[in-house]
Amino acid sequence: MTSGTGWSERLSGFLRGAAVPAVVIAVWQILSMMGYVNPQILPAPSAVLVRWYQYLAPIEAYDPSKSGYVAWLLSGELLADAYASLYRVVVGFLIGAGLALPLGLAMGATERVYKLLDPLVQILRPIPPIAYIPLSILWFGLGNPPAIFLISIGAFFPVLMNTISGVRHVDGIYIRAARNLGAGRATMFLRVILPAATPYILTGARIGVGTAFIVVIVSEMIAVNNGLGFRILEAREFFWSDKIIAGMLSIGLLGLGIDTGMERLNAHLLKWHRGIES
Amino acid sequence: MDAQIRIRNAGKVFRALGKEVEALRDITVDIPNGQFACLLGPSGCGKSTLLNAVAGFSLPTSGSVEVDGRPVEGPGPDRGMVFQEYALFPWMTVEQNIAFGLEIRKSPAAEIREKASSLLAMLNLSEFRDRYPKDLSGGMRQRVAIARVLALDSRILLMDEPFGALDALTRHNLQDELLRIWEAFRKTILFVTHSIEESIFLADRILVMTYRPGTIKRDIVVTLHRPRDPGDPGFNELKRELTQLVMEEQRRHERDEVLCAAR
Repeated sequence: MTSGTGWSERLSGFLRGAAVPAVVIAVWQILSMMGYVNPQILPAPSAVLVRWYQYLAPIEAYDPSKSGYVAWLLSGELLADAYASLYRVVVGFLIGAGLALPLGLAMGATERVYKLLDPLVQILRPIPPIAYIPLSILWFGLGNPPAIFLISIGAFFPVLMNTISGVRHVDGIYIRAARNLGAGRATMFLRVILPAATPYILTGARIGVGTAFIVVIVSEMIAVNNGLGFRILEAREFFWSDKIIAGMLSIGLLGLGIDTGMERLNAHLLKWHRGIES
Repeated sequence: MDAQIRIRNAGKVFRALGKEVEALRDITVDIPNGQFACLLGPSGCGKSTLLNAVAGFSLPTSGSVEVDGRPVEGPGPDRGMVFQEYALFPWMTVEQNIAFGLEIRKSPAAEIREKASSLLAMLNLSEFRDRYPKDLSGGMRQRVAIARVLALDSRILLMDEPFGALDALTRHNLQDELLRIWEAFRKTILFVTHSIEESIFLADRILVMTYRPGTIKRDIVVTLHRPRDPGDPGFNELKRELTQLVMEEQRRHERDEVLCAAR
Protein backbone atom coordinates (compact mmCIF):
# COMPACT_ATOMS: atom_id res chain seq x y z
CA MET A 1 0.00 0.00 0.00
CA THR A 2 1.36 3.41 -0.86
CA SER A 3 -1.42 5.41 0.72
CA GLY A 4 -1.66 5.81 4.46
CA THR A 5 2.08 5.92 5.14
CA GLY A 6 3.46 9.44 5.23
CA TRP A 7 7.04 10.29 4.28
CA SER A 8 7.99 10.83 7.94
CA GLU A 9 6.84 7.31 8.75
CA ARG A 10 8.79 5.95 5.82
CA LEU A 11 11.86 7.91 6.90
CA SER A 12 11.71 6.52 10.42
CA GLY A 13 11.23 3.02 8.97
CA PHE A 14 14.31 3.53 6.82
CA LEU A 15 16.35 4.79 9.76
CA ARG A 16 15.36 1.81 11.84
CA GLY A 17 16.37 -0.55 9.03
CA ALA A 18 19.69 1.24 8.53
CA ALA A 19 20.68 1.21 12.22
CA VAL A 20 22.29 -2.24 12.42
CA PRO A 21 24.26 -1.98 9.14
CA ALA A 22 25.50 1.47 10.22
CA VAL A 23 26.75 0.13 13.55
CA VAL A 24 28.48 -2.82 11.86
CA ILE A 25 30.22 -0.52 9.38
CA ALA A 26 31.21 1.92 12.11
CA VAL A 27 32.79 -0.81 14.24
CA TRP A 28 34.57 -2.21 11.19
CA GLN A 29 35.88 1.26 10.30
CA ILE A 30 37.12 1.91 13.84
CA LEU A 31 38.88 -1.45 14.04
CA SER A 32 40.59 -0.74 10.71
CA MET A 33 41.68 2.74 11.76
CA MET A 34 43.13 1.38 14.98
CA GLY A 35 45.21 -1.02 12.91
CA TYR A 36 43.71 -4.25 14.27
CA VAL A 37 43.15 -5.74 10.81
CA ASN A 38 45.48 -6.12 7.89
CA PRO A 39 44.02 -3.96 5.09
CA GLN A 40 44.92 -6.64 2.53
CA ILE A 41 42.76 -9.14 4.39
CA LEU A 42 39.93 -6.78 5.27
CA PRO A 43 40.13 -3.19 4.01
CA ALA A 44 38.36 -0.37 5.82
CA PRO A 45 34.85 0.56 4.64
CA SER A 46 36.17 3.94 3.60
CA ALA A 47 38.72 2.25 1.35
CA VAL A 48 36.00 0.06 -0.16
CA LEU A 49 33.89 3.15 -0.78
CA VAL A 50 36.73 4.96 -2.52
CA ARG A 51 37.45 1.91 -4.63
CA TRP A 52 33.81 1.53 -5.43
CA TYR A 53 33.69 5.08 -6.70
CA GLN A 54 36.79 4.51 -8.84
CA TYR A 55 35.23 1.33 -10.17
CA LEU A 56 32.05 3.22 -11.04
CA ALA A 57 33.63 6.38 -12.44
CA PRO A 58 34.77 6.75 -16.06
CA ILE A 59 38.34 5.64 -16.62
CA GLU A 60 39.42 8.27 -19.12
CA ALA A 61 39.03 12.04 -18.88
CA TYR A 62 36.05 13.56 -20.61
CA ASP A 63 36.79 14.26 -24.26
CA PRO A 64 33.88 15.79 -26.23
CA SER A 65 35.44 14.76 -29.54
CA LYS A 66 35.21 11.06 -28.61
CA SER A 67 31.77 10.67 -27.05
CA GLY A 68 28.76 12.44 -25.59
CA TYR A 69 28.69 13.40 -21.93
CA VAL A 70 26.16 10.80 -20.84
CA ALA A 71 27.99 8.04 -22.68
CA TRP A 72 31.21 9.14 -21.01
CA LEU A 73 29.49 9.22 -17.61
CA LEU A 74 28.35 5.66 -18.10
CA SER A 75 31.65 4.41 -19.46
CA GLY A 76 32.99 3.20 -16.10
CA GLU A 77 34.07 -0.37 -15.58
CA LEU A 78 31.38 -1.19 -13.01
CA LEU A 79 28.48 -0.27 -15.26
CA ALA A 80 29.96 -2.21 -18.17
CA ASP A 81 30.40 -5.25 -15.91
CA ALA A 82 26.89 -4.94 -14.47
CA TYR A 83 25.48 -4.64 -17.96
CA ALA A 84 27.42 -7.70 -19.16
CA SER A 85 26.21 -9.78 -16.21
CA LEU A 86 22.63 -8.60 -16.52
CA TYR A 87 22.64 -9.32 -20.24
CA ARG A 88 23.72 -12.91 -19.60
CA VAL A 89 21.11 -13.36 -16.88
CA VAL A 90 18.33 -12.02 -19.08
CA VAL A 91 19.25 -13.99 -22.20
CA GLY A 92 19.96 -17.19 -20.26
CA PHE A 93 16.77 -16.86 -18.28
CA LEU A 94 14.67 -16.20 -21.36
CA ILE A 95 16.08 -19.27 -23.10
CA GLY A 96 15.72 -21.52 -20.04
CA ALA A 97 12.27 -20.30 -19.02
CA GLY A 98 11.15 -20.09 -22.63
CA LEU A 99 11.84 -23.81 -23.04
CA ALA A 100 10.58 -24.79 -19.59
CA LEU A 101 7.22 -23.03 -19.79
CA PRO A 102 5.70 -24.84 -22.79
CA LEU A 103 7.22 -28.13 -21.68
CA GLY A 104 5.87 -27.67 -18.16
CA LEU A 105 2.42 -26.77 -19.46
CA ALA A 106 2.38 -29.86 -21.66
CA MET A 107 3.62 -32.10 -18.86
CA GLY A 108 1.16 -30.65 -16.37
CA ALA A 109 -1.85 -30.83 -18.63
CA THR A 110 -1.27 -34.19 -20.30
CA GLU A 111 -0.73 -37.30 -18.25
CA ARG A 112 0.88 -39.12 -21.20
CA VAL A 113 3.51 -36.47 -21.75
CA TYR A 114 4.13 -36.33 -18.02
CA LYS A 115 4.71 -40.06 -17.71
CA LEU A 116 6.96 -40.03 -20.77
CA LEU A 117 9.24 -37.20 -19.67
CA ASP A 118 9.12 -37.20 -15.89
CA PRO A 119 11.78 -39.94 -15.41
CA LEU A 120 14.31 -38.01 -17.49
CA VAL A 121 13.49 -34.77 -15.68
CA GLN A 122 13.92 -36.45 -12.32
CA ILE A 123 17.37 -37.71 -13.32
CA LEU A 124 18.60 -34.39 -14.71
CA ARG A 125 17.04 -32.09 -12.14
CA PRO A 126 19.37 -32.79 -9.19
CA ILE A 127 22.50 -32.08 -11.27
CA PRO A 128 23.64 -28.59 -10.21
CA PRO A 129 24.18 -26.24 -13.18
CA ILE A 130 27.78 -25.83 -11.99
CA ALA A 131 28.40 -29.50 -12.83
CA TYR A 132 27.78 -28.66 -16.48
CA ILE A 133 30.82 -26.34 -16.58
CA PRO A 134 33.25 -28.83 -18.18
CA LEU A 135 30.72 -29.90 -20.78
CA SER A 136 29.71 -26.33 -21.51
CA ILE A 137 33.31 -25.36 -22.26
CA LEU A 138 33.77 -28.49 -24.36
CA TRP A 139 30.64 -27.75 -26.34
CA PHE A 140 30.69 -23.97 -26.57
CA GLY A 141 34.31 -22.95 -25.99
CA LEU A 142 34.80 -19.67 -24.14
CA GLY A 143 32.88 -16.41 -24.10
CA ASN A 144 29.16 -15.81 -23.71
CA PRO A 145 27.75 -19.05 -25.13
CA PRO A 146 28.87 -21.42 -22.34
CA ALA A 147 27.85 -18.86 -19.70
CA ILE A 148 24.41 -18.43 -21.19
CA PHE A 149 24.08 -22.20 -21.53
CA LEU A 150 24.78 -22.67 -17.81
CA ILE A 151 22.42 -19.87 -16.83
CA SER A 152 19.60 -21.26 -18.91
CA ILE A 153 20.02 -24.64 -17.23
CA GLY A 154 19.84 -22.88 -13.86
CA ALA A 155 16.61 -21.13 -14.85
CA PHE A 156 15.09 -24.11 -16.64
CA PHE A 157 14.32 -26.52 -13.81
CA PRO A 158 12.67 -24.17 -11.29
CA VAL A 159 10.35 -22.85 -13.98
CA LEU A 160 9.64 -26.36 -15.27
CA MET A 161 8.87 -27.91 -11.88
CA ASN A 162 6.66 -25.04 -10.75
CA THR A 163 4.77 -24.89 -14.02
CA ILE A 164 4.04 -28.62 -13.84
CA SER A 165 2.76 -28.47 -10.29
CA GLY A 166 0.82 -25.26 -10.99
CA VAL A 167 -1.09 -26.91 -13.81
CA ARG A 168 -1.60 -30.12 -11.87
CA HIS A 169 -2.92 -28.29 -8.82
CA VAL A 170 -5.60 -26.21 -10.49
CA ASP A 171 -8.60 -26.37 -8.18
CA GLY A 172 -11.18 -28.76 -9.63
CA ILE A 173 -13.98 -26.34 -8.84
CA TYR A 174 -12.73 -23.93 -11.55
CA ILE A 175 -12.66 -26.74 -14.08
CA ARG A 176 -16.20 -27.74 -13.13
CA ALA A 177 -17.48 -24.18 -13.30
CA ALA A 178 -15.87 -23.63 -16.70
CA ARG A 179 -17.24 -26.90 -18.08
CA ASN A 180 -20.66 -25.89 -16.83
CA LEU A 181 -20.33 -22.61 -18.73
CA GLY A 182 -19.53 -24.58 -21.87
CA ALA A 183 -15.76 -24.10 -22.11
CA GLY A 184 -14.00 -26.28 -24.68
CA ARG A 185 -10.44 -27.56 -24.40
CA ALA A 186 -8.69 -24.48 -25.77
CA THR A 187 -10.71 -22.04 -23.66
CA MET A 188 -10.25 -24.23 -20.62
CA PHE A 189 -6.51 -24.19 -21.08
CA LEU A 190 -6.00 -20.54 -21.98
CA ARG A 191 -8.58 -18.87 -19.77
CA VAL A 192 -8.78 -21.19 -16.78
CA ILE A 193 -5.80 -23.51 -16.33
CA LEU A 194 -3.13 -21.03 -17.39
CA PRO A 195 -4.26 -18.14 -15.17
CA ALA A 196 -4.97 -20.50 -12.28
CA ALA A 197 -1.38 -21.80 -12.57
CA THR A 198 0.16 -18.33 -12.88
CA PRO A 199 1.04 -17.92 -9.17
CA TYR A 200 3.06 -21.13 -9.31
CA ILE A 201 4.66 -20.24 -12.63
CA LEU A 202 5.73 -16.83 -11.36
CA THR A 203 7.16 -18.36 -8.20
CA GLY A 204 9.15 -20.65 -10.47
CA ALA A 205 10.31 -17.68 -12.53
CA ARG A 206 11.47 -15.86 -9.42
CA ILE A 207 13.44 -18.86 -8.19
CA GLY A 208 14.76 -19.32 -11.74
CA VAL A 209 16.05 -15.75 -11.91
CA GLY A 210 17.68 -16.20 -8.52
CA THR A 211 19.43 -19.35 -9.71
CA ALA A 212 20.41 -17.65 -12.96
CA PHE A 213 22.02 -14.89 -10.95
CA ILE A 214 24.08 -17.34 -8.90
CA VAL A 215 25.16 -19.18 -12.03
CA VAL A 216 26.14 -16.01 -13.89
CA ILE A 217 28.70 -15.10 -11.24
CA VAL A 218 30.21 -18.59 -11.30
CA SER A 219 30.24 -18.83 -15.07
CA GLU A 220 31.98 -15.47 -15.35
CA MET A 221 34.76 -16.80 -13.18
CA ILE A 222 35.56 -19.48 -15.74
CA ALA A 223 34.58 -18.55 -19.24
CA VAL A 224 34.60 -14.81 -19.90
CA ASN A 225 36.65 -11.68 -19.25
CA ASN A 226 34.12 -9.15 -18.11
CA GLY A 227 31.15 -9.07 -15.78
CA LEU A 228 30.92 -8.72 -12.02
CA GLY A 229 31.98 -12.31 -11.35
CA PHE A 230 35.05 -12.00 -13.54
CA ARG A 231 36.00 -8.67 -11.94
CA ILE A 232 36.14 -9.90 -8.37
CA LEU A 233 38.26 -12.87 -9.41
CA GLU A 234 40.54 -10.56 -11.34
CA ALA A 235 40.84 -8.25 -8.32
CA ARG A 236 42.01 -11.18 -6.20
CA GLU A 237 44.99 -11.70 -8.50
CA PHE A 238 46.14 -8.16 -7.69
CA PHE A 239 45.33 -8.48 -3.97
CA TRP A 240 42.74 -5.71 -4.35
CA SER A 241 40.55 -6.85 -1.53
CA ASP A 242 38.80 -3.46 -1.47
CA LYS A 243 37.75 -4.00 -5.06
CA ILE A 244 36.63 -7.55 -4.32
CA ILE A 245 34.31 -6.24 -1.64
CA ALA A 246 33.11 -3.38 -3.83
CA GLY A 247 32.32 -5.94 -6.53
CA MET A 248 30.53 -8.21 -4.07
CA LEU A 249 28.39 -5.33 -2.88
CA SER A 250 27.58 -4.48 -6.48
CA ILE A 251 26.53 -8.09 -7.05
CA GLY A 252 24.30 -7.88 -3.99
CA LEU A 253 22.69 -4.66 -5.14
CA LEU A 254 22.07 -5.98 -8.64
CA GLY A 255 20.53 -9.16 -7.23
CA LEU A 256 18.33 -7.12 -4.94
CA GLY A 257 17.27 -4.97 -7.88
CA ILE A 258 16.38 -8.00 -9.99
CA ASP A 259 14.42 -9.60 -7.17
CA THR A 260 12.54 -6.40 -6.43
CA GLY A 261 11.70 -6.10 -10.11
CA MET A 262 10.37 -9.65 -10.18
CA GLU A 263 8.33 -8.98 -7.07
CA ARG A 264 6.79 -5.88 -8.64
CA LEU A 265 5.98 -7.86 -11.76
CA ASN A 266 4.36 -10.61 -9.67
CA ALA A 267 2.31 -8.11 -7.72
CA HIS A 268 1.12 -6.56 -10.95
CA LEU A 269 0.26 -9.83 -12.67
CA LEU A 270 -1.32 -11.28 -9.55
CA LYS A 271 -3.31 -8.31 -8.36
CA TRP A 272 -6.33 -10.64 -8.29
CA HIS A 273 -4.55 -13.06 -5.99
CA ARG A 274 -5.57 -13.36 -2.37
CA GLY A 275 -2.18 -13.27 -0.65
CA ILE A 276 -0.94 -10.11 -2.34
CA GLU A 277 -1.54 -6.54 -1.25
CA SER A 278 -2.22 -4.25 -4.17
CA MET B 1 -47.00 -29.95 -18.80
CA ASP B 2 -44.06 -31.89 -20.14
CA ALA B 3 -41.33 -32.69 -17.66
CA GLN B 4 -38.19 -30.73 -18.32
CA ILE B 5 -35.99 -32.83 -16.09
CA ARG B 6 -36.81 -36.54 -16.20
CA ILE B 7 -35.00 -38.83 -13.82
CA ARG B 8 -35.77 -42.52 -14.32
CA ASN B 9 -34.63 -45.21 -11.86
CA ALA B 10 -31.37 -43.40 -11.34
CA GLY B 11 -28.81 -45.13 -9.13
CA LYS B 12 -25.23 -44.31 -8.32
CA VAL B 13 -22.60 -46.55 -6.81
CA PHE B 14 -19.20 -45.16 -5.89
CA ARG B 15 -16.22 -47.46 -5.69
CA ALA B 16 -13.37 -46.36 -3.52
CA LEU B 17 -10.61 -48.34 -1.80
CA GLY B 18 -12.22 -51.63 -2.81
CA LYS B 19 -15.46 -50.70 -1.07
CA GLU B 20 -18.74 -49.86 -2.72
CA VAL B 21 -21.02 -47.12 -1.49
CA GLU B 22 -24.50 -46.87 -2.87
CA ALA B 23 -25.20 -43.16 -2.94
CA LEU B 24 -28.45 -43.18 -4.92
CA ARG B 25 -31.01 -45.91 -5.45
CA ASP B 26 -33.87 -46.06 -7.90
CA ILE B 27 -34.76 -42.38 -8.06
CA THR B 28 -37.60 -41.44 -10.35
CA VAL B 29 -38.63 -37.79 -10.45
CA ASP B 30 -40.07 -35.44 -13.05
CA ILE B 31 -39.52 -31.72 -12.69
CA PRO B 32 -41.79 -29.70 -14.94
CA ASN B 33 -40.79 -26.51 -16.68
CA GLY B 34 -40.72 -23.49 -14.37
CA GLN B 35 -40.90 -25.39 -11.11
CA PHE B 36 -38.81 -24.45 -8.10
CA ALA B 37 -37.86 -27.80 -6.53
CA CYS B 38 -35.76 -28.35 -3.42
CA LEU B 39 -33.80 -31.47 -2.58
CA LEU B 40 -33.80 -31.65 1.20
CA GLY B 41 -31.95 -34.04 3.47
CA PRO B 42 -29.11 -34.47 5.94
CA SER B 43 -25.53 -34.43 4.70
CA GLY B 44 -24.53 -37.66 3.03
CA CYS B 45 -28.00 -38.35 1.65
CA GLY B 46 -26.87 -38.02 -1.94
CA LYS B 47 -28.72 -34.81 -2.78
CA SER B 48 -25.61 -33.26 -4.28
CA THR B 49 -24.90 -36.51 -6.10
CA LEU B 50 -28.33 -36.30 -7.69
CA LEU B 51 -27.75 -32.67 -8.62
CA ASN B 52 -24.38 -33.56 -10.15
CA ALA B 53 -26.07 -36.25 -12.19
CA VAL B 54 -28.44 -33.66 -13.64
CA ALA B 55 -25.56 -31.22 -14.13
CA GLY B 56 -23.64 -33.95 -15.96
CA PHE B 57 -20.55 -33.84 -13.74
CA SER B 58 -21.04 -37.38 -12.54
CA LEU B 59 -23.47 -39.56 -14.45
CA PRO B 60 -25.63 -42.16 -12.70
CA THR B 61 -24.38 -45.75 -12.84
CA SER B 62 -27.88 -47.04 -13.55
CA GLY B 63 -31.09 -45.49 -14.83
CA SER B 64 -31.22 -42.26 -16.82
CA VAL B 65 -31.44 -38.48 -16.58
CA GLU B 66 -33.02 -36.55 -19.42
CA VAL B 67 -33.28 -32.81 -19.90
CA ASP B 68 -35.64 -31.45 -22.55
CA GLY B 69 -36.02 -34.98 -23.88
CA ARG B 70 -32.29 -35.56 -24.38
CA PRO B 71 -30.15 -37.76 -22.14
CA VAL B 72 -27.58 -35.88 -20.08
CA GLU B 73 -24.07 -36.86 -21.17
CA GLY B 74 -21.97 -34.13 -19.63
CA PRO B 75 -22.08 -30.62 -18.22
CA GLY B 76 -23.38 -27.83 -20.39
CA PRO B 77 -24.54 -24.22 -20.37
CA ASP B 78 -28.18 -25.28 -20.72
CA ARG B 79 -28.02 -26.19 -17.01
CA GLY B 80 -26.32 -23.30 -15.22
CA MET B 81 -24.88 -24.31 -11.87
CA VAL B 82 -24.32 -22.24 -8.74
CA PHE B 83 -21.86 -23.84 -6.32
CA GLN B 84 -21.70 -23.45 -2.57
CA GLU B 85 -18.02 -22.45 -2.91
CA TYR B 86 -19.02 -19.71 -5.44
CA ALA B 87 -16.40 -21.04 -7.89
CA LEU B 88 -15.78 -17.59 -9.31
CA PHE B 89 -12.60 -17.25 -11.33
CA PRO B 90 -10.38 -15.16 -9.05
CA TRP B 91 -8.30 -13.81 -11.94
CA MET B 92 -11.34 -12.28 -13.58
CA THR B 93 -13.14 -9.17 -12.42
CA VAL B 94 -16.81 -9.34 -11.53
CA GLU B 95 -17.76 -8.22 -15.02
CA GLN B 96 -15.37 -10.64 -16.71
CA ASN B 97 -16.76 -13.50 -14.67
CA ILE B 98 -20.27 -12.65 -15.78
CA ALA B 99 -19.21 -12.24 -19.40
CA PHE B 100 -17.18 -15.45 -19.57
CA GLY B 101 -20.03 -17.78 -20.53
CA LEU B 102 -21.10 -15.42 -23.30
CA GLU B 103 -17.56 -15.14 -24.59
CA ILE B 104 -17.35 -18.91 -24.78
CA ARG B 105 -20.52 -18.81 -26.82
CA LYS B 106 -18.89 -16.14 -29.02
CA SER B 107 -21.71 -13.65 -28.59
CA PRO B 108 -21.06 -10.23 -30.17
CA ALA B 109 -19.08 -7.89 -27.91
CA ALA B 110 -21.81 -5.26 -27.75
CA GLU B 111 -24.36 -7.83 -26.66
CA ILE B 112 -22.02 -9.17 -23.99
CA ARG B 113 -21.46 -5.70 -22.59
CA GLU B 114 -25.12 -4.88 -22.56
CA LYS B 115 -26.12 -8.13 -20.94
CA ALA B 116 -23.39 -7.92 -18.32
CA SER B 117 -24.46 -4.37 -17.48
CA SER B 118 -28.09 -5.28 -17.04
CA LEU B 119 -27.23 -8.27 -14.84
CA LEU B 120 -24.85 -6.14 -12.78
CA ALA B 121 -27.65 -3.65 -12.25
CA MET B 122 -30.19 -6.33 -11.47
CA LEU B 123 -28.07 -7.88 -8.75
CA ASN B 124 -26.86 -4.54 -7.36
CA LEU B 125 -23.32 -5.23 -8.44
CA SER B 126 -22.71 -2.25 -10.73
CA GLU B 127 -20.26 -0.55 -8.35
CA PHE B 128 -18.25 -3.74 -8.08
CA ARG B 129 -17.88 -4.51 -11.75
CA ASP B 130 -14.12 -3.97 -11.82
CA ARG B 131 -13.39 -5.63 -8.50
CA TYR B 132 -11.80 -9.01 -8.14
CA PRO B 133 -13.63 -11.73 -6.19
CA LYS B 134 -11.09 -11.60 -3.34
CA ASP B 135 -12.35 -8.10 -2.51
CA LEU B 136 -16.00 -9.17 -2.19
CA SER B 137 -17.95 -10.58 0.73
CA GLY B 138 -19.44 -14.06 0.50
CA GLY B 139 -22.88 -12.70 -0.28
CA MET B 140 -21.53 -10.49 -3.06
CA ARG B 141 -19.58 -13.38 -4.53
CA GLN B 142 -22.66 -15.53 -4.65
CA ARG B 143 -24.54 -12.72 -6.40
CA VAL B 144 -21.83 -12.69 -9.04
CA ALA B 145 -22.09 -16.46 -9.39
CA ILE B 146 -25.85 -16.16 -9.87
CA ALA B 147 -25.38 -13.38 -12.44
CA ARG B 148 -22.82 -15.56 -14.22
CA VAL B 149 -25.30 -18.39 -14.78
CA LEU B 150 -28.18 -16.01 -15.54
CA ALA B 151 -26.05 -14.65 -18.37
CA LEU B 152 -26.26 -18.07 -19.99
CA ASP B 153 -30.04 -17.71 -20.36
CA SER B 154 -30.41 -21.36 -19.50
CA ARG B 155 -33.92 -22.44 -18.63
CA ILE B 156 -32.62 -24.60 -15.81
CA LEU B 157 -30.71 -23.43 -12.76
CA LEU B 158 -28.98 -25.97 -10.55
CA MET B 159 -27.99 -24.74 -7.11
CA ASP B 160 -25.86 -26.75 -4.72
CA GLU B 161 -26.39 -25.35 -1.22
CA PRO B 162 -25.65 -21.91 -2.66
CA PHE B 163 -26.36 -20.01 0.56
CA GLY B 164 -24.90 -22.60 2.94
CA ALA B 165 -21.79 -20.60 3.72
CA LEU B 166 -23.51 -17.27 4.30
CA ASP B 167 -24.62 -15.58 7.50
CA ALA B 168 -28.34 -15.57 8.28
CA LEU B 169 -29.08 -12.04 7.17
CA THR B 170 -27.20 -12.23 3.88
CA ARG B 171 -28.78 -15.58 3.29
CA HIS B 172 -32.25 -14.16 3.76
CA ASN B 173 -31.56 -11.30 1.37
CA LEU B 174 -30.30 -13.63 -1.29
CA GLN B 175 -33.30 -15.93 -0.88
CA ASP B 176 -35.56 -12.95 -1.53
CA GLU B 177 -33.48 -11.97 -4.49
CA LEU B 178 -33.52 -15.47 -5.92
CA LEU B 179 -37.31 -15.57 -5.69
CA ARG B 180 -37.51 -12.22 -7.43
CA ILE B 181 -35.30 -13.53 -10.23
CA TRP B 182 -37.20 -16.76 -10.47
CA GLU B 183 -40.51 -14.91 -10.72
CA ALA B 184 -39.09 -12.63 -13.40
CA PHE B 185 -37.56 -15.37 -15.55
CA ARG B 186 -39.62 -18.44 -14.55
CA LYS B 187 -36.66 -20.73 -14.67
CA THR B 188 -36.75 -24.33 -13.57
CA ILE B 189 -34.72 -24.49 -10.37
CA LEU B 190 -33.33 -27.56 -8.69
CA PHE B 191 -32.01 -26.38 -5.35
CA VAL B 192 -30.09 -28.50 -2.85
CA THR B 193 -30.27 -27.55 0.81
CA HIS B 194 -30.19 -29.06 4.26
CA SER B 195 -32.09 -26.15 5.74
CA ILE B 196 -35.76 -26.97 6.29
CA GLU B 197 -36.77 -23.31 6.58
CA GLU B 198 -34.97 -22.44 3.39
CA SER B 199 -36.76 -25.15 1.46
CA ILE B 200 -40.21 -24.05 2.73
CA PHE B 201 -39.43 -20.41 2.08
CA LEU B 202 -38.36 -21.02 -1.51
CA ALA B 203 -39.81 -24.10 -3.08
CA ASP B 204 -42.93 -25.14 -4.98
CA ARG B 205 -42.02 -28.67 -4.16
CA ILE B 206 -39.78 -30.33 -1.63
CA LEU B 207 -38.18 -33.71 -2.25
CA VAL B 208 -37.03 -35.17 1.06
CA MET B 209 -34.25 -37.68 0.61
CA THR B 210 -33.25 -40.65 2.74
CA TYR B 211 -29.79 -41.22 4.10
CA ARG B 212 -27.64 -43.71 2.16
CA PRO B 213 -28.70 -45.05 -0.17
CA GLY B 214 -30.38 -41.83 -1.23
CA THR B 215 -33.96 -42.32 -2.29
CA ILE B 216 -36.93 -39.97 -2.42
CA LYS B 217 -38.53 -40.37 0.99
CA ARG B 218 -41.34 -37.89 0.51
CA ASP B 219 -42.48 -35.63 -2.33
CA ILE B 220 -44.29 -32.59 -0.92
CA VAL B 221 -45.96 -29.82 -2.90
CA VAL B 222 -45.88 -26.51 -1.04
CA THR B 223 -49.06 -24.54 -1.59
CA LEU B 224 -48.41 -21.65 0.82
CA HIS B 225 -48.74 -18.21 -0.73
CA ARG B 226 -45.65 -16.16 -1.42
CA PRO B 227 -44.10 -14.23 0.17
CA ARG B 228 -44.01 -16.88 2.81
CA ASP B 229 -43.94 -15.90 6.43
CA PRO B 230 -42.07 -18.10 8.90
CA GLY B 231 -44.59 -17.00 11.56
CA ASP B 232 -47.50 -18.39 9.58
CA PRO B 233 -49.24 -21.51 11.08
CA GLY B 234 -49.14 -23.34 7.74
CA PHE B 235 -45.41 -22.66 7.49
CA ASN B 236 -44.87 -24.07 10.96
CA GLU B 237 -46.99 -27.11 10.41
CA LEU B 238 -44.98 -27.98 7.32
CA LYS B 239 -41.79 -27.27 9.21
CA ARG B 240 -42.78 -29.73 11.95
CA GLU B 241 -43.59 -32.40 9.39
CA LEU B 242 -40.32 -31.89 7.51
CA THR B 243 -38.28 -31.76 10.71
CA GLN B 244 -39.70 -35.12 11.67
CA LEU B 245 -38.78 -36.60 8.29
CA VAL B 246 -35.29 -35.14 8.17
CA MET B 247 -34.54 -36.04 11.80
CA GLU B 248 -35.30 -39.70 11.12
CA GLU B 249 -32.66 -39.69 8.41
CA GLN B 250 -30.26 -37.64 10.49
CA ARG B 251 -30.50 -40.25 13.27
CA ARG B 252 -29.73 -43.05 10.81
CA HIS B 253 -26.78 -41.01 9.63
CA GLU B 254 -25.47 -40.57 13.18
CA ARG B 255 -25.97 -44.22 14.03
CA ASP B 256 -23.99 -45.09 10.94
CA GLU B 257 -21.17 -42.83 12.00
CA VAL B 258 -21.03 -44.35 15.46
CA LEU B 259 -20.91 -47.81 13.90
CA CYS B 260 -18.13 -46.75 11.57
CA ALA B 261 -16.12 -45.27 14.41
CA ALA B 262 -16.60 -48.40 16.53
CA ARG B 263 -15.29 -50.63 13.78
